Amino acid sequence: MIEPDLTITSRSQLAEEVLRESGQEVNLCYQCRKCAAGCPISYAMDYKPAQLIHAIRLGMDDIVFNSKTVWLCSSCETCTTRCPQEVDVAKVMDAVKIITLRRGIKPTIPRVSSFHKAVLANVKKCGRMFEVGMMISLKLRTFEFFKDVGLGMKMFRKGKLKIIPSFKGARTTWRIFRRVKRIEKGNRSA
Amino acid sequence: MTLEYAYYPGCSLHSMAAEYDISFRAVCDKLGIEMREIEGWICCGTTPAHCTSKLLSLALPMQNLCLAEKMGMTEVVAPCAACFSRLKAAIHETAEHPEVKEQISSILDEPLPKSMNVLSPLEIFSKGIDLASAVTTELPGLKVVCYYGCLLTRPPKMMQFDECEYPMSMDRIIRSLGIETLDWSYKTECCGGGISATETDIVLKLTHDILEEARAVGANAVAVACPLCHTNLDTRQAGIEKKYGSSFGLPIFYFTQLMGLAFGIPSDKLGLHRHFVSADELLSGMRKG
Ligand code: SF4
Ligand code: SF4
Repeated sequence: MIEPDLTITSRSQLAEEVLRESGQEVNLCYQCRKCAAGCPISYAMDYKPAQLIHAIRLGMDDIVFNSKTVWLCSSCETCTTRCPQEVDVAKVMDAVKIITLRRGIKPTIPRVSSFHKAVLANVKKCGRMFEVGMMISLKLRTFEFFKDVGLGMKMFRKGKLKIIPSFKGARTTWRIFRRVKRIEKGNRSA
Repeated sequence: MTLEYAYYPGCSLHSMAAEYDISFRAVCDKLGIEMREIEGWICCGTTPAHCTSKLLSLALPMQNLCLAEKMGMTEVVAPCAACFSRLKAAIHETAEHPEVKEQISSILDEPLPKSMNVLSPLEIFSKGIDLASAVTTELPGLKVVCYYGCLLTRPPKMMQFDECEYPMSMDRIIRSLGIETLDWSYKTECCGGGISATETDIVLKLTHDILEEARAVGANAVAVACPLCHTNLDTRQAGIEKKYGSSFGLPIFYFTQLMGLAFGIPSDKLGLHRHFVSADELLSGMRKG
């Protein structure tokens, strides 16, 4: 009888980091590609979700961090829902984004993370989202005129955008953001 | 006995999707369901939070559930599908992972709610409420496709709501109003809500495919239960038509607006005028009450 080879269960460093961040074991993936088949965005991705999972598994950091895939993901959860191996692929997508930022690597589509930053800064400051303020800060952040400025004006006329921020809950969000940061710093140095 | 729930409107229902908020409240009023807005609620953090920090993405929604518990409530209604999903994630993740629960509790400085349930309006209207008897206005000729989008049903382990690939709850509600709904295969396709602000081209393609399919099955209106879906299908519809040289003119309703119309609530009390694609022509001559 052949003894099972335990080395096949070892993880690449990247797979290990993804596991720690998201609780997801990419080694469970058996490359059926169901995630890629159902992904609404895969047509626009340079690496399909199944390929990205495999690259993580093999520890191919250059492919993973140079790929646009995770920044194009719309978090629709189709992959997660359908994976027969119960890999939460959408959580892996999030984990790669978080690891990218943590390692100080420039995202392949910077405007996506700029948008996330602008929204969160807005929530932290106001407690609730305040779209007009967010658009302005986004413009300043990306030095790019807000893409949908025409649409924005139309929404404004329809009364769809709030112009006066509410600061309800701002003290609470401020506190939550600060504490999260503290814990995450502690985790990293631990 | 009046039904009473804690209400979490979320940021969209206070701005972009105010018509979802007012039509939902109007319908609840009619049915004698009381919504008590959570005082001091904060943003759930939505996609930007879970793409940036797991703890933040759970702490923000959980704070709202703590506030609901302080009101003495155990059931929270969240009409926005994105909020609904994030509130459920907060409950699911803290229940599954004790160490996460401990961290969130220390961030919020309080024990987490012992029993808390988060519901979509689709669920409360499906729970043994007699909708048919509240109907005063017939809407013959309406052929609606119900578009559920991503986040109401996915991932099923966490959402535990309806059938994840082919949900029927919205169809059943609308059918019980005497309005026809059609079968179609795009119920839970993605509209690109999560990347709507940054990847316009992709969003235009996804929404184009959805509208195209709606038209192909013969629908003359789409019903939704999510502000992101509504924004993409309604607000961007003119842009989609321009890019693809098609003309849809498909009014997009929040399903609560259709309920309101069937209950005889005037359309200005349902915020229909706030939509980019007007439903006036479709509705004129249709209403019989
Ligand atoms: S669906 Fe799951 S098992 Fe199949 S390729 Fe994707 S991650 Fe791997
Ligand atoms: S969550 Fe992301 S990767 Fe998964 S199917 Fe949706 S868009 Fe594709």
